[in-house]
Parts: sequence; structure tokens; C-alpha cells
Amino acid sequence: MRNIQYILIFIGILLLQFSCRDGAAKNNGVAIFECPMHCEGDITYNEPGNCKICKMDLMEVAKSVRKVEADYISEESIFNLTTKWVTEENRTIELKDLKGKTLVMVMIYTTCKAACPRLVADMRNIEKQLPQENRKNMHFVLVSIDPETDTPEHLKAFALENQMDEEHWTFLQGTKDGVREFANVLAMKYKQISPIDFSHSNIISVLNAKGELIHQQEGLGVDNKETILKIKELIR
Amino acid sequence: MPINKEHISSVNKAIVRWGICFVLFWTTHADCQSKMAFITGGTYVPLYGRDSLQVTISNFFMDVYPITNEEFVAFVRKNPKWKKSKAKKLFVDGNYLVQWKSDIELDSSQNLKAPVTSISWFAAIAYCDCQGKRLPTVDEWEYVAMANENLADARPLKTYNQFILSWYEKPKTYNNSIGSTFKNYWGVYDLHGLVWEWTSDFNSVLVSGESRKDVDKDSNLFCGSAAIGATDLMNYAAFMRYAIRGSSKAKYTMRNLGFRCVKDKN
Repeated sequence: MRNIQYILIFIGILLLQFSCRDGAAKNNGVAIFECPMHCEGDITYNEPGNCKICKMDLMEVAKSVRKVEADYISEESIFNLTTKWVTEENRTIELKDLKGKTLVMVMIYTTCKAACPRLVADMRNIEKQLPQENRKNMHFVLVSIDPETDTPEHLKAFALENQMDEEHWTFLQGTKDGVREFANVLAMKYKQISPIDFSHSNIISVLNAKGELIHQQEGLGVDNKETILKIKELIR
Repeated sequence: MPINKEHISSVNKAIVRWGICFVLFWTTHADCQSKMAFITGGTYVPLYGRDSLQVTISNFFMDVYPITNEEFVAFVRKNPKWKKSKAKKLFVDGNYLVQWKSDIELDSSQNLKAPVTSISWFAAIAYCDCQGKRLPTVDEWEYVAMANENLADARPLKTYNQFILSWYEKPKTYNNSIGSTFKNYWGVYDLHGLVWEWTSDFNSVLVSGESRKDVDKDSNLFCGSAAIGATDLMNYAAFMRYAIRGSSKAKYTMRNLGFRCVKDKN
């Protein structure tokens, strides 16, 4: 009987190790400093310096987790999504690879005959009204809601056809779940209503360089003055 | 030193026992993870369908009960990033697990065996994913939920609709234990009577058409025009569910919105 007890305990311990993949949250923190003598209790600082009380040099906490600030992803950032996407150039990326530029995003599907051409026109219209010299600070992203049909080849053809093939345009093919998750992050609705058609919300989203949602324009052919104003503020 | 035969045989026995335990453990564990009912697929006409009206459902397994508070406590213990204090704002609103006393403790008024609520779609997805399962689609959920005790599709029955509507009038059913409502045709409990449940593609419900502009406020839930397009205008109970889905966002949490998981048949 003793043996069985030991075995059960052993299995119990084994079990405790099981947890979901990605269970340990990644530590994206910037460097934190504290007084080695803890004169001020648990108070920490974001930069090095001296303790106000004992004047000792502040010590960095958990040096190993330190990363450059540029790597920091805020709680509201869409860069928290870790799904993979394929671009029209057949490159596999994650959303955080788009970091550092103001993002203008829309969800479409290329076989769409009704709303999407107008949404695409709205995107081009917005692009045209923005200063050329700031192009390198922004990125226009069109995400397909029909990942089965919209392969990289289809997306590339669509990009060429609509003269949206320059550097600052990117088309993304995701997975079914990835697209659903992405849509939910931007509070977008869509439904496949037949094998070739979807109904979907017409929303253009503006995100800052950190991937945080700043503005959404809803509807087709609406006055995009406010959207352009927001983008200009961001790319300045 | 002479080798002790008894010792060897006891070691052998231990190995055998260990093996048996391990095998037993996996079979029982797979079972106790949470009971699932087998759902035979079929076609039906949901309240809001596609162009062809008929929807086809494949065979799948569904959790017999909604996920409980107790189960969710165990989940956040193992997955600290879903603790109330750690969950990212992209994935949950400010009311995530709002009643919980701490990251791993319920409030004393909460029932451990009651369905977990105040969780977002993202949290529900993560939970099911962790179990090797997924959330049901709207069509799958509605397919199982149209059953009463004896019929796979009880929607034409007055008693079926009355039960759901009378539940809508009862306050605080979210704190009742799982299994306290009826066992339906498929052997699934509590689809009606305790809480509403998340579905994987809840954001496919465009109650009012192209723009979401007029579906983001509670006042629009009762908008009569939204029922146009429904296949059964009398099915007010189901209409309410679609209206809730149409007005939800994935990071929203609600006191009376929980979830359960499903699994494909291989």
C-alpha cells in the first residue's frame, strides 16, 4: 500500500506541472530600480539614481527581464495577439511586426462586389489626403475576412489591380480563428451568408505606433475628415 | 551482499502498479475533466440563418454543464495571466470577475457550483483551448438548445418558450448550482434557466445589417425592426439571445453570461 501512496503522490506532483501552454506570462517590463537597503519599503523607480534616505546607488530589480522600452506592449495593444498572418508577398508575420508606424486597418474580402470596393476607395481616399513625406510613418493594412479564398496570390492580384501594391500597403490572410479574434479586438462583426458572400461592419480603424486603437470610422463613403485629422496627429 | 529476491519482486510489483495507476489515471482523468454529451448532427432552420435558411451541424460533443466558478478558479490558478489583476485590458473590461474577493477567491455570497460569469469571450476561448476544446458556434449552441426533455426540436411547443421566458423574469439565477434545470434530449443541462452563454462566432450576429451603429445600446435590443429577417417572429426567447450577441463585444463581461465548451468528434 505504501508504494501506491508514493505513486499517487508522484502523479499528483506530475499533474501540477501541467498547465496551459504559454502559462507563464511573458515579462515585458522596463527596468525597475530599488534601494538595496529597502529604506522606502517597496518603492521602486524607473531610472537609476540614489536612495533618498541612505544615499546608496539604486539597484536594478530582476535584471534578466529587462528589455528595451521599444519592446514594451501595453495592455490595450493589438500586438498582444500572437496569431500568424501571411502577407500578399507570402511573408509570415505577427501583428507586432507592424509596430512603429501609424496603422490604418480595414477588413474586406476580395470577391466582395458591394461594400468592399467602396471601403477600399475610402482607404485610398484617406491615403491620398495625407502628406507624402510622412508615408514612411504609416501603414495601410487590409485584413481578409475570407481566409479560404483570399490566398496571398489573390491578395497580390487584388493589390495590383487596385494600385495598392506600394510598400505602405499590406494585405493579410489569417486563420479562421485568428480572423475572428482580430475582428473581436476591433469590435467588428461579420457573417458568412453564402459560400461567396459575407455581411460585415464597415469600419476603418486607426491605431497608433504601439498598436492601440485611437479612432474608428463607421459607415461607407462617410466624411473622413476626422479620421484624417487623427492620423495627422499621430504621424506628426 | 546477497541479492534479496523479495526486494526485487517488490520493485517489480511497484513498477506494475505504477503502470496500472498511470493508465487508470489517464482514463479516469479524461472522464472527470468535465462530462460531455454526444450531439448527433443534423440540419435545422435557426432564427437567423444564411441565404439557404437551413443550417447543417456536424456531430460533436458538448459539455453537459456550464463551466463553474470552482473550475474557473482552478483555471486561473494554473494560468495566472487570466487572474483578475493580470488579465490585459485588450481582452477584458473593468468588470472581469468583479465579484471575486481576490485573484483566486470568490465572494462569500457566491456559489462554487454556480456557472462562472463576468468573463469575457477571450477568457472563455482561453479556458476551452486549455482543455483541448473550443466554444460552440451560434448555430451549434442553438441546435442543442432547441431541445426540451424529450424532443430534439421543441421550439413549436408553447411550454418550451414559456419556460425560457419565465426564466428571463427570474432574478439572480446565475447563482444557482449547475444541473438545477432540466436535462434535455441530448443529456445536456442548463442551456436555459441559469445564464446566457458565449459562442465562438457571436460577432456574426448583425442584427441590424451593415452598420453596428444602432446595436451598441441596450435600448436597441427591443427594436422591432431588427426582428425582420427572423424566420420565426414569434420566437421572442431566441430573438433575445441574438440581440444580446449582436450588442456584445468580446471583452465585455456580464453578470449573467457564462459559457461551456464543445469538442469536434475527432
